[in-house]
Amino acid sequence: MSYEGLRSLLPKSDLLGFAVLALLLVVVLPLSLDIFRLNLIGKYLTYAFVALGLVLCWGYGGILSLGQGVFFGLGGYAMAMFLKLEASSPENTAIQSTPGIPDFMDWNQLTELPWFWEPFHSLGFTILAIVLVPSIFAYIIGVAMFKRRVGGVYFAIITQAVAAILTILIIGQQGYTGGVNGITDLRTLKGWDIRTDEAKYVFYFLCVFMLFVCLLIAQFVRKSKLGRLLVAMREMEDRVRFSGYDVSNFKIFVFCLGSAFAAIGGAMFTLQVGFMSPTFVGIVPSIEMVIFCAVGGRLSILGAVYGTLVVNWAKTTFSESFPELWLFAMGALFIAVVMAFPNGLAGLYNKYAAPHIEKLLGKVTGKSNNAKATVGTQGVAHERQ
Amino acid sequence: MATMKHASQSGLGGKLPGLMKTLAGAVAGATMALSAVVSAAPATSEVNTTGLAVTDDTVTVGILHSVTGTMAISETGSVQAEKLAIEQINAMGGVLGRKIEYIQEDGASDWPTFAEKSRKLLVNDKVASVFGCWTSASRKAVLPVFEQYNGMLYYPTFYEGLEQSPNVIYTGQEATQQILAGIDWVVKEKGAKTFYLLGSDYIWPRTSNKIARKHIDKLGLKVVGEEYYPLGHTQFNSVINKIKLKKPDVIFASVVGGSNVAFYKQLKAAGIDMTDEKPLVLTISVTEDEILGIGGENIEGAYASMKYFQSLPNDNNAAFVKAFKERWGDDIVIGDVTQAAYLGPWLWKAAVEKAGSFDVDKVRAASPGIELTTAPEGYVKIHPNHHLWSKTRIGNAKTDGQYEIVYETDELIEPDPFPEGYQ
Repeated sequence: MSYEGLRSLLPKSDLLGFAVLALLLVVVLPLSLDIFRLNLIGKYLTYAFVALGLVLCWGYGGILSLGQGVFFGLGGYAMAMFLKLEASSPENTAIQSTPGIPDFMDWNQLTELPWFWEPFHSLGFTILAIVLVPSIFAYIIGVAMFKRRVGGVYFAIITQAVAAILTILIIGQQGYTGGVNGITDLRTLKGWDIRTDEAKYVFYFLCVFMLFVCLLIAQFVRKSKLGRLLVAMREMEDRVRFSGYDVSNFKIFVFCLGSAFAAIGGAMFTLQVGFMSPTFVGIVPSIEMVIFCAVGGRLSILGAVYGTLVVNWAKTTFSESFPELWLFAMGALFIAVVMAFPNGLAGLYNKYAAPHIEKLLGKVTGKSNNAKATVGTQGVAHERQ
Repeated sequence: MATMKHASQSGLGGKLPGLMKTLAGAVAGATMALSAVVSAAPATSEVNTTGLAVTDDTVTVGILHSVTGTMAISETGSVQAEKLAIEQINAMGGVLGRKIEYIQEDGASDWPTFAEKSRKLLVNDKVASVFGCWTSASRKAVLPVFEQYNGMLYYPTFYEGLEQSPNVIYTGQEATQQILAGIDWVVKEKGAKTFYLLGSDYIWPRTSNKIARKHIDKLGLKVVGEEYYPLGHTQFNSVINKIKLKKPDVIFASVVGGSNVAFYKQLKAAGIDMTDEKPLVLTISVTEDEILGIGGENIEGAYASMKYFQSLPNDNNAAFVKAFKERWGDDIVIGDVTQAAYLGPWLWKAAVEKAGSFDVDKVRAASPGIELTTAPEGYVKIHPNHHLWSKTRIGNAKTDGQYEIVYETDELIEPDPFPEGYQ
């Protein structure tokens, strides 16, 4: 990508936002927190992938999915299946009636590995599956819904139903999935112990790196024609359709993209937390993730990250300080957010902080502003054409 | 004298040449004697070599249960029991001269949260032991954390077995202790021939029913139906109809949580009077706590097979029930798991005192063989497999929400988490 391309992808104010977030996640937090707290931040960041996908789907595209936990779960389960197979070597499972299969299969009288587990012996396949399986699943849902012009509340309800169905399926088929317990006791990745502090650092930085990859993809979508089409569809779908665009294809695409983000988050979750459970697939976590997005501001991709961090940090702090009352504190927080600043943290920032910062920026780079200004207006004019 | 002997045994010996050894022994003995004069408690450096949260006059432990979410109703009793035990131990002077302080964390009925909080307790707070967890799922979630950071968990719930971790002491019964005695009793006393197995759909009911089925097969009797319903399920009419058609002698129920309310009410509404014992209902999952929700009049006549009932007639239990009510209110009921949770701090105290140390490795080594003659359930003893020897009792539910005990095994039943021939 050319320099000009980069500039248009990340204009100055956005670049600053990215840089501040990068500074926070890569330098400030790792230096100021011990590994236990950093690992928690890493766990929160995995939800930020989901919130980020929701910003694109919901904030931009107007598609409210209340079932993102499904994709988070699929990604997480794919990773967990690989790790579980590695942890279930015949030596480790010698006490079972059938050594070499995961322990929960043995408890459920399975005597051989089910066929759909077999490919998860391969790390390459697993990585592909983490992204592709949820994307394909999202594509199928997308085609089924959007081609029939199902949208709005109906779509939200159907995604909830999907989340409920998948949870029941996972819990019911415990011989194949681990049931309510989930897939637990994951130990190594290609022989490397994932439970050590060193591994936690590695996964934290991997998670931050993947998050920035996804943030850049989201920024690209936002800045591209696709992003503007999404906003147009959100505001007046019929007009976009009459202009000759196939609305459903754009919706399907952004829904798949959001799902892929969620799935990557799920895989990172499994790596950092060390297990995967159906509690992350259901309706409640799916709605919680929408709340993270709303607190951050549903139109801001960086806001999604901050929103997730703030809500989860509050959740941990409240629950450590007031184990019996913390849910009330959380409820109060959400009510306060919705009543006081409906556009979330990003809305607050844009209203109060952004003008000052832009003034400051203007002073610093004041000299070259004239030249840029013309380019800027041209850019805007171009956008409007 | 005893302190001298102890000092020369501890660690320093062997490697040092004779003179040094005597010197070191004398010095260590002198310090210990001195500290004994000063505080009567052994020095912190002696009893805590692994950096646990132990000071000269306190030791910190963790309590990790759900006090919010769907499990809160079940786990609250365990929290109360553990706090009561800790307060009683403190009133008696604590453990190794140290008062127990606790840090309570909320697992929020969410398994990943349990893992997060257990890591916090072990890594951040360096607690000497943790009393906690209720569901198998939460235990499975924290198990790798306890094994990684070498923590000690006292787990109170009756559970499915198939597990034996060096980092867990299981103070509830494993499945065979609870089930085999129960089935033997209905076969012998009630002449049961046919069974209908019914449970919530997760690992504990499934494993329990697997064990029940094998045992029923061994006795040459018949299972006429086996069904599972998702957690939280409330529509049992279809299975009740099937039960009416098949006419089993016994409904063997391991339905858990809120589903119980619907199940017993619908059973009664369908015209099955449990006091007639046609069929007889034998449950392994309804304690006095659950009856609070179900209502005594809806479950009257059902039998439960567990190790503890509030109505257990012995002096230990009378004192326990009295203390519990004084601390937490007169209306409170005490179920099997609550009593097992109460054992946790006491068993830990006994093991720490036997080991003379808070170090987890030493406590673990000291645990097998620990006896508790003051247990409300009577007498318990830790088996080398980290489960408890215990008796099993059969209770008959009454309208006041209590069980009348109709049978008790003669001997303590050996815990067998990996039962041969039942897997």
